[in-house]
Amino acid sequence: MVQFPKWQVFAIVGVLVLGLYYALPNVFKEQTVEAFPSWLASDQINLGLDLRGGSYMLLEVDLEAVEKEQMTDLVENIRSILRSASIGYQNLGIQEGGASFTLRDTTDEMVSRVRSMIAQIDGGLLVTSSDGTFSVVYNDQVRQQRRISVVNQSIEVLRRRLDETGTKEISLQRQGENRILIQVPGVTDPEEIKTLIGKTAKLTFHLVDQNADPYSNSAPVGSQIMLSLDEQANGQPRRYVINKRVMVSGENLVDAQATFQDGQPVISFTFDSSGAQRFARVTQDNVNKPFAIVLDGRVISAPVIRSPILTGSGIISGNFTAQSAEELAVLLRAGALPAPLVILEERTIGAGLGEDSINAGKIASVIGMVLVVGFMALAYGFFGLMANVALIANLVLIVAVLSLFQATLTLPGIAGIVLTIGMAVDANVLIFERIREEIRNGRGPVMAVEAGYKRAMSTILDSNITTLIAAVILFQFGSGPIKGFAVTLIIGIITSMFTAIMVTRLLIVTWLRRRRPQTLGI
Amino acid sequence: MALIKKLPTDLKIDFMGRRKFFMAFSILLLVMSVVLAVTRGLNFGVDFRGGILIEIRTTAPADISSLRSRMGALGLGEVSLQEFGSPTDILINIQKQDGEEKEQMAAIELVKSALGAEVAEYRRVEFVGPKVGSELMKDGIYATVFALLGIAIYIWLRYEWQFSVAALLALTHDVIATIGFFAVTQFEFNLATLAAILMIAGYSINDTVVVFDRVRDELRRYKSWEVYDVLNMSINVTLSRTILTSFTTLLALIALFLFGGEVIRGLSLGLIWGIVIGTYSSIAIAVPLLFTTGVRSPVPEDEEENGEEAAGLIEN
Repeated sequence: MVQFPKWQVFAIVGVLVLGLYYALPNVFKEQTVEAFPSWLASDQINLGLDLRGGSYMLLEVDLEAVEKEQMTDLVENIRSILRSASIGYQNLGIQEGGASFTLRDTTDEMVSRVRSMIAQIDGGLLVTSSDGTFSVVYNDQVRQQRRISVVNQSIEVLRRRLDETGTKEISLQRQGENRILIQVPGVTDPEEIKTLIGKTAKLTFHLVDQNADPYSNSAPVGSQIMLSLDEQANGQPRRYVINKRVMVSGENLVDAQATFQDGQPVISFTFDSSGAQRFARVTQDNVNKPFAIVLDGRVISAPVIRSPILTGSGIISGNFTAQSAEELAVLLRAGALPAPLVILEERTIGAGLGEDSINAGKIASVIGMVLVVGFMALAYGFFGLMANVALIANLVLIVAVLSLFQATLTLPGIAGIVLTIGMAVDANVLIFERIREEIRNGRGPVMAVEAGYKRAMSTILDSNITTLIAAVILFQFGSGPIKGFAVTLIIGIITSMFTAIMVTRLLIVTWLRRRRPQTLGI
Repeated sequence: MALIKKLPTDLKIDFMGRRKFFMAFSILLLVMSVVLAVTRGLNFGVDFRGGILIEIRTTAPADISSLRSRMGALGLGEVSLQEFGSPTDILINIQKQDGEEKEQMAAIELVKSALGAEVAEYRRVEFVGPKVGSELMKDGIYATVFALLGIAIYIWLRYEWQFSVAALLALTHDVIATIGFFAVTQFEFNLATLAAILMIAGYSINDTVVVFDRVRDELRRYKSWEVYDVLNMSINVTLSRTILTSFTTLLALIALFLFGGEVIRGLSLGLIWGIVIGTYSSIAIAVPLLFTTGVRSPVPEDEEENGEEAAGLIEN
């Protein structure tokens, strides 16, 4: 232990020099660092939202809503198949999460015919029947795949929408099966972001059922009553009876732009070729009839088709302001979310609080440091000073590792660093106490130092590994800022083992060789 | 220069003889902790309870009672206000609103408009849905249990099973006593507090390991001694270490508690308490439990009992 091979000395000094090099950019202002030549280390510590201010939102993709919608589609599908084959049925609807109906003709022949007709709708359907009563669900594999693709698609759409805002550094992460975490640094009023994620923005075009009375309580089969997005003068929304069948949908849009028509903000849109064809056909067949433009289940407007639109582009007029037209255009360009998103958690931290936290953290670190350094120097004299050098080296290394790996430093992370300051000298206390014990047992300086390091080692390893176990588990289960606490602790435990054992040993051994003291003075 | 020389070195305190007293004290502590945690409950923060938390900085020292009555008039259910570190910083806690996310956001807007011009700065606005709150709690409990088990398994691998059992019981003692501490003081129990509890488990074991390591060595060295005496001696020899390591960590944590700002006060307080109780349990619970679980000197393979040398050989 008193012997130090040359390569070990080089390795220790090398690690310290590298540590200084990577920690250095944090001393300068951000602008100064940006002006550094590219070959120089220029990564500063990445501050968490709780320190720099910003918004954090945890969203959940509402998969139940998607499944329900798919079941509704399935029911409509079955209805049209049975109708076109003129097969009598009753009680068609959703029951216990599946489409269910009963045939009037319950002969085996009819049952198996209907079975094969339904199986053709989708290969992933599971059909069960008894006494002519059918129950149809999607199998687990199909449902699972759909869930995954719905979540992926949601992330994709969100990314496109958020990119449009031009806010830098928005981070989108998937969490668990159906959650999405959005982090927006610097934004302290997340309203704009929320309007972007709050709408599914599903745009559909429908024919209007002009024969039905929109003020009756129920609509004819195949139609439904929908309210308008804006309100009339009396504060009530308009009512429409809308044909459920989607004639053209927003999926076929290739572009949408906010613009003006007769001084009114409107949105101009362009369909892809298949969308354009369908749009042309519908408008040709329904000239002089109203055509409803529906967004997320509310009617934006229902203009009358004056003449067939064959070019595949058109205008959505409605009661827009310049801003709401722009917002809707962004949403339409980015595409519809496949499912509604629910905000489960939202935290916004003001830049002022973040700055105060950084300052408080700095002060606490410095004072903690001064207390510990002072105590070590008083308690152990020269040896204490060596431990203090190691402690400072440890801080430099923590900063270097945080910068190098761009780990996020949070407020609890600063607490982790302060805790590490207190814990880092523990190893030295253990070693020095052991050395004292060896001296009491009558060993000479060199032998006492040798034995002190050697014997304290297993205790130091065991105690650091157990703390590491807790820190790693904390990292695994912790969320947000708490993860930051675990990160600095993990880094601190590892770097402190290096500095408290290797660095102090190198210092003390070098001193022993040079001075050859008769007593150690501890 | 080194003041450490002034510390007494040959302590002979009979810790083991007082073990029944320590045991009784700890059992009382645990029972009271559990009873208080159940009857009085913990003061759960927005993280676990769900709801809305708003921290504002006012332009002039805030008139809390006027603010309170205005907030109360909004019809948002339970609203609590407290000063947060300075007379211009106010923390507003609002219970979870009935209904969906929209209702929560509406409540935030309502509060913001009622506060109006007095507010110089919204320092924090946090909303946690009930679903997330209960999940965070569940994750926290899992994490603590896994951490305790992980540490116990490690100790089991490195030592005999008695050490592992004693460590697990001592750590559980620390965790429960810390929960009791938060039940008594009614300091807010939030995610950071939970992190503190987990770290107490990870740190409190350090002191325990220091003594355990010694116990293992001394049991090998003094096979002819009574286990009782070996344990007592091990505690005494390592006492300065146990206390000094905790002390240096406490120094840093006290700085954090006093100067680290309001937001992490709960975290630092939890850690401070945990380190004190952890040091106590290492000495007064973990080691006596070794005696209770019947730890023994390893069966001698040969009759060599040459103190120093034997110990040196066994060293890893």
